[in-house]
Amino acid sequence: MASWIAFLLPWEFSPLLWALLAGAGFAYARGRRAGAGGAGRARPTAFYAGLALVYFAMQTRFDYLSQHMFYIHRLQHLLLHHAAPFLIALSRPQEAIARGLPQRLRERYLAPAWRSPAVRCAYRLLQNWLVAPVLFVGLIALWLDPQIHFYAMLSAPLYLVMNWSMLLDGLLFWVLMLDPRSRREGALIGLGPRIGLLLVATLPQIAIGAHIALSPSDLFNVYGICGRAWDIPPLEDQQLGGLITWIPAAMMHVVGALVVIGNWMRADARAARAA
Amino acid sequence: MRLRRALVLLALLAASCGGGWHAKNIRGLVPSLELGLASVQRPEVHAADFRGHVVLLFFGYTHCPDVCPTTLAKLQQALGDMGEAGRGVRVLFVTVDPARDSVELLQRYASAFGPQFIGLRADDARLQELCKRYRVTYSRDKPDAHGDYAVTHSSAVFAFDGEGRARLLFLPSSTAGDIAADLRRLAGES
Repeated sequence: MASWIAFLLPWEFSPLLWALLAGAGFAYARGRRAGAGGAGRARPTAFYAGLALVYFAMQTRFDYLSQHMFYIHRLQHLLLHHAAPFLIALSRPQEAIARGLPQRLRERYLAPAWRSPAVRCAYRLLQNWLVAPVLFVGLIALWLDPQIHFYAMLSAPLYLVMNWSMLLDGLLFWVLMLDPRSRREGALIGLGPRIGLLLVATLPQIAIGAHIALSPSDLFNVYGICGRAWDIPPLEDQQLGGLITWIPAAMMHVVGALVVIGNWMRADARAARAA
Repeated sequence: MRLRRALVLLALLAASCGGGWHAKNIRGLVPSLELGLASVQRPEVHAADFRGHVVLLFFGYTHCPDVCPTTLAKLQQALGDMGEAGRGVRVLFVTVDPARDSVELLQRYASAFGPQFIGLRADDARLQELCKRYRVTYSRDKPDAHGDYAVTHSSAVFAFDGEGRARLLFLPSSTAGDIAADLRRLAGES
């Protein structure tokens, strides 16, 4: 077997992730054929690239490397928490996916569940202007607590909880931030405040990344204890991991803020036309 | 389901921070003992063979210049400190270098640390399964001009109770005295 095929095969097979990725991918394609999701290639390209990144991060040998190298683990979380959900949110696939789902499933189960007060209430809470960024940054800080990190890398179920929590929170956060609508058009947070939130949320990430990158001691000894995927000095591994937590993550927020500024200008133009 | 499992794990995690052990408490976090490896005496050694014994599991190789001999010597000292109770402990030394470590060589090496030390070997495929189970890994460096090579590997010592449940994780920083105290307590449970 070619080594690149071996690399792409699941390291720890997740039927749930396969079902979700395949289900979302098919429903999206079906919804687009039915006319939802807008014209052009940009949005489907972003959507499928996002799905592919999720698969790459969670199901290939990259996942094995993430378990045994700190900086690869940080790259994995950059993909799961920033890059992949960012692309998926940018493509605004909700309408196309909803349209593409089997009618029975949509009308009998999903739509009523989505409209139920408990779900609405939980969603509103998670997407609150203060809760969402605190959760986003808080999860990064939580899983990078050296004690918790140790157990997450040692326990297979806890490791899954960690990675799924990053992916789901990433989706929630970027869907909230990249919503093209203004507050008046139904968005949960106004476009202007979102720019501020995106930029403020970089500060704790810069602080955490810098703290790790500049630390003179090995904070995450679990990698040395369980063995690294290849020989690299522990501090070098840690410095790279800290830099990844620090710079590309902050850059994603700046790119996000630029997207929001673009959305803001378009929303203003729409409002002017309507007036 | 996943959420309930996570909550149980978090509760266990909270509980495991206490407990008064010197080592890391890994109860409920790491799977039970599973082997299926060859020893010098038998082609297949299984976890059930060690029922009733506290078992220590360590991954290493006989050409190892540092981590393995120091760790095994520390375990030898800890078992010696335990006196009679130390005789019932079994130390399983699993090679991450099956190409160079035959079962005979392994057993000669392991026995040097005491009669409780058992060398175990499997081919690469089985070894990888076992490493995956315990979320440890190893990687071989490129051989030098003499064909010698080093292997980067785990330095953890997993401790299992008499029922084969994973209980403790000893780190390189654990002292022989701490290990002896924890093992005495673990052996006293069953």
